[in-house]
Amino acid sequence: MDQLLQLTVVGLVVGCVYALTATGLVVTYTTSGIFNFAHGAIGMLGAFSYWQLTVKWHWPVLLALPVVLLVLAPLFGATIERIVMRPLHGASVDVTLVITLGLLLFFLGAANYFWDQGQTRVLPELLASWKPVDIGGVVVTWGQIIIVLAAVGVAIGLRFLFSTTRIGIAMRGVVDDPDLCAMSGASPARIQQLSWAIGAGLAALAGILVAPKVGMSALQLTLLVINGYAAALFGRLKSLPRTAVGGLLLGLLVSYYPVYVAPHLPFSTTFGQLEKAVPMIFLGVLLLFLPSARLRTATTVGRVAPTVPGLRQSLAGGGVMIVLAIALASALSSANLLIAGGMFISALSLLSLVLLTGYSGQTSLCVLTFFGLGAFAMAHSGTSPLGLVWGGLLAAAAGMLVALVTARLRGLYLALATFAFAKGMDVGFFNFKLGSGQSLQLKRFELPLIDTSSEKTFFFLTVVVFVVAAIGVLAVRRGRWGRQLTALNDSPAACATLGVNTTITKVVVFTASAGIAGVAGAMFGAQQEIITPSQFDVLGSLALLLALRIGGINTITGALFGAFTIGLFPEMPQILGHFGVTLPDKVQLTFLLTGIAAISIGRDPDGLGGQVSKLGLRLRQQFGSSSTPAAPSYEEATLVHG
Amino acid sequence: MAAPALELKGISAGYGRIEVLHDVSLSVPAGTVYALLGPNGAGKTTTMLVASGYVRPTAGCIHVAGSHVNRVAPENLAKAGVCRIPEGRGIFPNLTVNENLRMFTYSSPFSTSEVQEKSYARFPRLGERRNQLAGTMSGGEQQMLAMSRALVADPGILLLDEISMGLAPKIVSELYELVGQLAQEGISILLVEQFARTALAVSDYAAVMTGGRIAMVGQPADVADFVNEAYLGGAA
Repeated sequence: MDQLLQLTVVGLVVGCVYALTATGLVVTYTTSGIFNFAHGAIGMLGAFSYWQLTVKWHWPVLLALPVVLLVLAPLFGATIERIVMRPLHGASVDVTLVITLGLLLFFLGAANYFWDQGQTRVLPELLASWKPVDIGGVVVTWGQIIIVLAAVGVAIGLRFLFSTTRIGIAMRGVVDDPDLCAMSGASPARIQQLSWAIGAGLAALAGILVAPKVGMSALQLTLLVINGYAAALFGRLKSLPRTAVGGLLLGLLVSYYPVYVAPHLPFSTTFGQLEKAVPMIFLGVLLLFLPSARLRTATTVGRVAPTVPGLRQSLAGGGVMIVLAIALASALSSANLLIAGGMFISALSLLSLVLLTGYSGQTSLCVLTFFGLGAFAMAHSGTSPLGLVWGGLLAAAAGMLVALVTARLRGLYLALATFAFAKGMDVGFFNFKLGSGQSLQLKRFELPLIDTSSEKTFFFLTVVVFVVAAIGVLAVRRGRWGRQLTALNDSPAACATLGVNTTITKVVVFTASAGIAGVAGAMFGAQQEIITPSQFDVLGSLALLLALRIGGINTITGALFGAFTIGLFPEMPQILGHFGVTLPDKVQLTFLLTGIAAISIGRDPDGLGGQVSKLGLRLRQQFGSSSTPAAPSYEEATLVHG
Repeated sequence: MAAPALELKGISAGYGRIEVLHDVSLSVPAGTVYALLGPNGAGKTTTMLVASGYVRPTAGCIHVAGSHVNRVAPENLAKAGVCRIPEGRGIFPNLTVNENLRMFTYSSPFSTSEVQEKSYARFPRLGERRNQLAGTMSGGEQQMLAMSRALVADPGILLLDEISMGLAPKIVSELYELVGQLAQEGISILLVEQFARTALAVSDYAAVMTGGRIAMVGQPADVADFVNEAYLGGAA
């Protein structure tokens, strides 16, 4: 009985934190229509700035708290709205998602840069010196009491704001109809800015309250706040009271799980380890019970559809790439060949996203999960090249499962479901099977007649696999099924009225795309000969989606460009080091640059690949279509605007 | 003589690369009702959008009470007295009637309680439903609520876009009674309407638009004849 009470108290306290973060998220989402994936990162930055003020600079808590919560965080939120979000007015879900993901990575990179994550920092609990109180046999600290009071206070405050003040009513009015708001004389942009300020303030509050318990780790704090998304989903991203209830339920569930739930499940030892995955499982289950979204009708996107190269063109392009690969293989050192090969493997996994997200418009945040499954299968295939096949099949099976389960979801909800899947697999499979922080040794597969242990041949092989897959994807795009995919992207409603079964189309494209990612993962495992769980975590999947956005979401050039940019970012310090420029370390830099690039390029739906495609078109117009390619870059442009 | 309440001079405007309005000029003298008629796709609503700041003209000037307002944001135009009641239902469906009225105070010289008083006096049915979500009311009641904004905004120029759309004739005549009353109070009104006869009955001037151009301007009686020809090809 005592234990139950104790767990209930702990669960309610955690639930209050979830409720706080989710509330902030819902306030911003409803008024501005943008689901802020960076919400967790804002909370993390709030906690770090609070640490900086109180611990490092010895400000009194009573001064630092209002400065962070009422000044810094709201200003930060308002600034993000003004600079990044306002120009996005009317952008598609997919674009806003990528941009907030970019912000998330950027903030993580920034936090890593300003607060070296190697150091340990301790943030004391609020009122830690006060004597804990005994409530009905349960000892409760004042820090916990403050968390509950803060959540209740925020709930009452927001209730007051939204039901009695004019600006609060206007915030609800913006949700209904921003144009009508302006007609009534209330500026929608200002109101949305206010909602971003409130959202950031709440995120910071949650971050500060939870940091003493979780510890000052940028990544942990960010992800913990992300767990609150599940609570927001419980409120259907609309209702604040339901969101609060969702937060409390989630908190209780997380708290009860290891004691009351896991031991009663079959394979209790396995399930006992899944504690950390509980919020994501909760999120996944919630998504399944959401009512179906209405089928969207056609939307116009202000872009020129890239022309798809024909078979002859793509074969020629592939040939050129293989020739280039031979030249490169003989020019580069083994170490550089590993890096270059890695880029082509990334490009291969991006290819799976071109098919899934670029062509059919399904946003997936779990590409690295499929990739990891491929690598895992390869690890269990010894030296047999069949590992590639098993990798592809295992990933494809997982992809089919995900697609079947999420068949009703689209847009933001699909993205969240795949996110939950990736996070759940990260905790429940990779870290669990391979062991957290552990690594798994692989053997490179062997082929008759070809010496795969040589980096040169392996690099060449990687390029060949990529070229074959690219030609295959282009062939699919040109065919009847490819048209179906594009149609599904353009207007699911029109598809359905034409008798196209959108569910089957979706399941097939998900399976195929996961298969490609699986093959890429198998190649990766064979190339690296060692894999660690952290290589397949959900942040990596986000970075890949961003990279493809940067490159160009629906072109093969896009996949190549994306892979090269993301592959080059970590090498920047070394390259620039030759010129005497010192830069932050690899991880920080990758996050920072990917973030910046996504934010700046995310606005251009065509991406870099689209620019090249346009350039190629202009060149061809200039020099006539019969001229032979003058430079490889031109050839690439002709090859790839598909 | 006072400056016209609203004046468009040589306006061209459109959406993206598609030009919808070509060199449109019209002038609503202060204190008059001006009807803008024309078939579907003539550019009437676009003209309204330009006048209220939602669509930026590519050429020409907009003057409100003599001031040049080409680049003023819609919400600031609203505060400066340009009150547009949009096509369809110009209300917030998920706010209660009371809260909708509260929103109107952004562009009204009156306080919340005065706004409520005036609206409920004019439309008692709204008063009965003051705590109901606006979206759950009938179409006629929603349009009454939308029109209350015109009532309390004390506008310099009132832009009414097809207020009769989809409503029962009885409610339409009730709404037009209010339009006539507002006109008598001296409010300048620019009125877009498909039903020419209803609109011409309350207006002082009228213009006919076709294909993004003003085809004719004149007294309501003259325009009535022209409209028959423009709409029906002169057969009627």
